[in-house]
Amino acid sequence: MSYLSARGLVRSYGRTPALRGVNLDVEEGEIVAVTGPSGCGKSTLLHCMAGILRPDAGEVTYREHRIDTWSEGARAALRRTEFGVLFQFGQLVAELTAAENVALPLLLAGTGRREARTAALSWLDRLGVADLADQRPGEMSGGQQQRCAVARALVTEPRVLFCDEPTGALDSLAGEQVLGHIVRLAREQRTTVVLVTHDVQVAAYGDREVMLRDGVADPTGLGTVAAQP
Amino acid sequence: MSTPHVLLGLLADGPKHGYDLKRAHDLKLPRAKPVAFGQVYATLGRLARDGLVVPAGQDRDAGPDRTSYELTEDGRKALMEWIAAVEAPMPHLTSVLLAKVVVTLLVGDADQAREYLAAQRAAHTARLRELTGVKTDPDATLGDVIAADFGIAHLDADLRWLRTTLDRVADLHEEVITR
Repeated sequence: MSYLSARGLVRSYGRTPALRGVNLDVEEGEIVAVTGPSGCGKSTLLHCMAGILRPDAGEVTYREHRIDTWSEGARAALRRTEFGVLFQFGQLVAELTAAENVALPLLLAGTGRREARTAALSWLDRLGVADLADQRPGEMSGGQQQRCAVARALVTEPRVLFCDEPTGALDSLAGEQVLGHIVRLAREQRTTVVLVTHDVQVAAYGDREVMLRDGVADPTGLGTVAAQP
Repeated sequence: MSTPHVLLGLLADGPKHGYDLKRAHDLKLPRAKPVAFGQVYATLGRLARDGLVVPAGQDRDAGPDRTSYELTEDGRKALMEWIAAVEAPMPHLTSVLLAKVVVTLLVGDADQAREYLAAQRAAHTARLRELTGVKTDPDATLGDVIAADFGIAHLDADLRWLRTTLDRVADLHEEVITR
């Protein structure tokens, strides 16, 4: 069985179907890019696999555990300990400094304040933004904020990192730096990465690409696939 | 690429013989197709004939004589004109990719064209991943990075075209066979 797996995922928003039977297998340490046009269901797939959303039908398994049936509390605990999630923007708490933002997941998991700050500073250093430790998000550029967000997503040393358009709000050079850090650190930590993007240049940072179209996987790229049973 | 002008540029900082020019070319344009020795000597011959370079002495390092060349005033002028000239942006909308889609629709059908487009997309994507690996290699020079960027940007443009054309194949087939 794969490390992380989606089987026949179906999810609708009201009467609008987002996923119509998606299968995706991800192996440990792999960086998989999920691509497709706007509205194809790629973000919904990421949210279901990360335990943020529950699918209407189908299964999500992680290390041989079926997690889509877990309670909200159990899935939240999984996201605090095993999973890291990185979104396009708006993730940092505006009132907290960079170091406080990065330390937050550790504090929530019960780590002592001093130890959490030390870890946060170390991760900010690995992302090349140690000098911003005492600055607040409003005092940083978009690229600097996103590097802090990467540090915050990785500070708990998650086994799986879910990234939803992580560079969508950045200019190309800043985006390139953020992606370079994500890929380098994921390789070093052997972190599995699910990277959702509409951008083929971003997808090329992955080991392989899975295309979605109209809520189903499009393995041939022909764009003429039918819903999977 | 204009090999004569690139060679003129490589001679701008002083005389060089063919072997040095070949090495300088491959070093300064690390991801370009390497230039062949024969092409360097043939080009130098034509540049000398046109008065853009002249022989500037001979080396003999335990081997055959090697003639060095240097720029003439006309050569430097031709180089500066080439640098200043703006290249025509896509003067002709020709491409093997474009031609293949149209010819496939002439001799086959929309499904065959779709299969070609999907296969070409997979090949483009693989090359895009390869060049992304080049630029993220910790040992990559800035020259490697900007050469990879050049390829990545063009592959990205091709991939957008491939995706859009895939969606337009059925309508394009109608137009091609009825025109």
